[in-house]
Amino acid sequence: MRTLRIVVAKPGLDGHDRGAKIIARALRDAGMEVIYTGLHQTPEQIVETVIQEDAHAVGLSILSGAHMTLVPRVVELLRGQGIDDVVVTVGGTIPAEDIPELKQLGVSEVFTPGASTQDIVDFIRASAVA
Amino acid sequence: MSTSNYLMATYLQTPLEGWQDAYRATPERDALFTTLSGEPIRPLYTERDLPSQGDIGLPGQYPFTRGVYPSMYRGRLWTMRQFAGFGTAEETNERFRYLLDHGQTGLSTAFDMPSLMGHDSDHPRSLGEVGREGVAVDTLDDMETLFGGIDLGAVTVSMTINAPAAIMLAFYVVAAERNGIPAHRLGGTIQADILKEYIAQKEWCFPIDPAMRLLGDMIEWSSREMPRWHPVSISGYHIREAGSTAAQELAFTLKDGLTYVEQAIERGLDVDDFAPRLSFFFNAQIDFFEEIAKYRAARRIWARELRETYGAKNPKSWLMRFHTQTAGVSLTAQQPLNNIVRTAIEALAGVLGGTQSLHTNSYDEALALPTEEAVRIALRTQQIIAHETGVTNTIDPLGGSYFVEALTDRLEAQAYEYFRRIDELGGMVQAVKQNFPQREIADASFELQTEIDEGRRVVVGVNRYRHDDEDELPILRIDPALESKQIGRVQAVKARRDADAVSATLAAIRETAATERNLMPALLEAARAHATEGEIVEALQDVWGSYTETPVF
Repeated sequence: MRTLRIVVAKPGLDGHDRGAKIIARALRDAGMEVIYTGLHQTPEQIVETVIQEDAHAVGLSILSGAHMTLVPRVVELLRGQGIDDVVVTVGGTIPAEDIPELKQLGVSEVFTPGASTQDIVDFIRASAVA
Repeated sequence: MSTSNYLMATYLQTPLEGWQDAYRATPERDALFTTLSGEPIRPLYTERDLPSQGDIGLPGQYPFTRGVYPSMYRGRLWTMRQFAGFGTAEETNERFRYLLDHGQTGLSTAFDMPSLMGHDSDHPRSLGEVGREGVAVDTLDDMETLFGGIDLGAVTVSMTINAPAAIMLAFYVVAAERNGIPAHRLGGTIQADILKEYIAQKEWCFPIDPAMRLLGDMIEWSSREMPRWHPVSISGYHIREAGSTAAQELAFTLKDGLTYVEQAIERGLDVDDFAPRLSFFFNAQIDFFEEIAKYRAARRIWARELRETYGAKNPKSWLMRFHTQTAGVSLTAQQPLNNIVRTAIEALAGVLGGTQSLHTNSYDEALALPTEEAVRIALRTQQIIAHETGVTNTIDPLGGSYFVEALTDRLEAQAYEYFRRIDELGGMVQAVKQNFPQREIADASFELQTEIDEGRRVVVGVNRYRHDDEDELPILRIDPALESKQIGRVQAVKARRDADAVSATLAAIRETAATERNLMPALLEAARAHATEGEIVEALQDVWGSYTETPVF
């Protein structure tokens, strides 16, 4: 089995990167290859990174309340590139009532505050195909 | 040992030795006996742990460990200052009036992400972010609406706007001026602590060096023109929220503050002309005693450094006055009503630590911006502490506590150890450029998360005492229509102003930015001409460029 390559991305303008960095480190410690985009990325930049890195999954960390604008845009751009085998997850302050809509768009899982890094590692292992 | 020998041994023991033996004979619970920052705590502290009397001192006297004022809360309670902002200036103005009507005594403005990053609401990068995490302020017009009907000569106002602080201050001063209130009557504070942006909050517009210069210009100008204004609130809050320990919050914040002091002195200012108006902003995390000790250590270090290292002679320059906010990062999305309890304990630590003003978080803030009901409970929490608990009856009630004094000393020593390491790297600006504080924080935050994930550190409702079928809480939804409303507001301003006057003021900003002249007069002219925040930031970026972080994790 090849090593899983995961892009951890911070779309939008918020600078809350504690969660993204913890997840990036936990995935790396679990043996995955992690590409952290850094802050303030546009959906276009993120999709570009996913393509360039040939990633198996992308985790979007958003704590600005802009998830219903930014996540659909990332998914749309991925689909526009013919990419449908990359697992998309979202983490951050996402109200419960937005989760069904995000999943309908094609987001595999939404991790809200309090999710354990182990659960996230397990989820990526189970769903991303190397 | 025979019975008589045993009796003889206990007879010869000091009471402390006796306790030690008895303690060792009792098994300890299987639990972490460390602070939230991972510091080991002994089972008992005694008079041996007290520092010399001089270090504890008295309130209102050097080194101010017990408080900056002689009377503290018997003279005047802390300012209850709830941070608020969402939607357009109109919605936030309504929330401000609501808070003032409910007994709040100062205002604190949260700006949205585009405003923090220097983008106008109609900029493509602002899409989906306008008015979401704070209020959108693009123009002088927005600033006037934000404080409409509020007497700016009578309330104090705090603004959390860092990279573009000088621009927002210009909007604020011109808005007040058009209402007949001159700059010298304005009281309040602006966060403007740019070093902690690169360290922790990560909202920037310019590279570090020109950002430091812009801050220096603002401090210099306001120390001449705004005697009631605190031109920079030096902030540990975001450092802690990014996952730092208490010692890191203390050390990095004070070192940032000392760096601003050094810069102002280098620019030729007399330390006593500006130091009395520097203020601080700290987090109140859930580890009660560690937090109280942190505030006490901060006062002592600041007083000593200002007096001994920087030669400040005015006793007011020695005072570390601070605002406190309870820890957003301690709030849980699970069983959110528990957050009321967490916030109350954190707020109490701030009060017992001698804070000058306080923001209490609302219980629903791990989910969204707070509802009015949640904000009211948060404010009531402060009022209960102030008026019901009796903790305001005496000054620094924990002063002289063996444990609190020992923790205070330990945090002080840890802060000085960080100062030494930062100095070795060439000072704070260099340390930030080398990612030193960023890396220390990332390590600490990962360690704490590991403790929580492994269940060694208990978070109630998250890794223990869970229940899975929780009722959904009604949360504040920001109406998506507010974004187009705000875009309409900024475009209306652009349509009705004198475009030539705007271009001329922006050209003056570019020209001044390339020199060493103070930028504030040019920024005020641009504000008067109704230049937008985004236009002014872009004019400065034309000269200075922007910033991209090399992230560490």
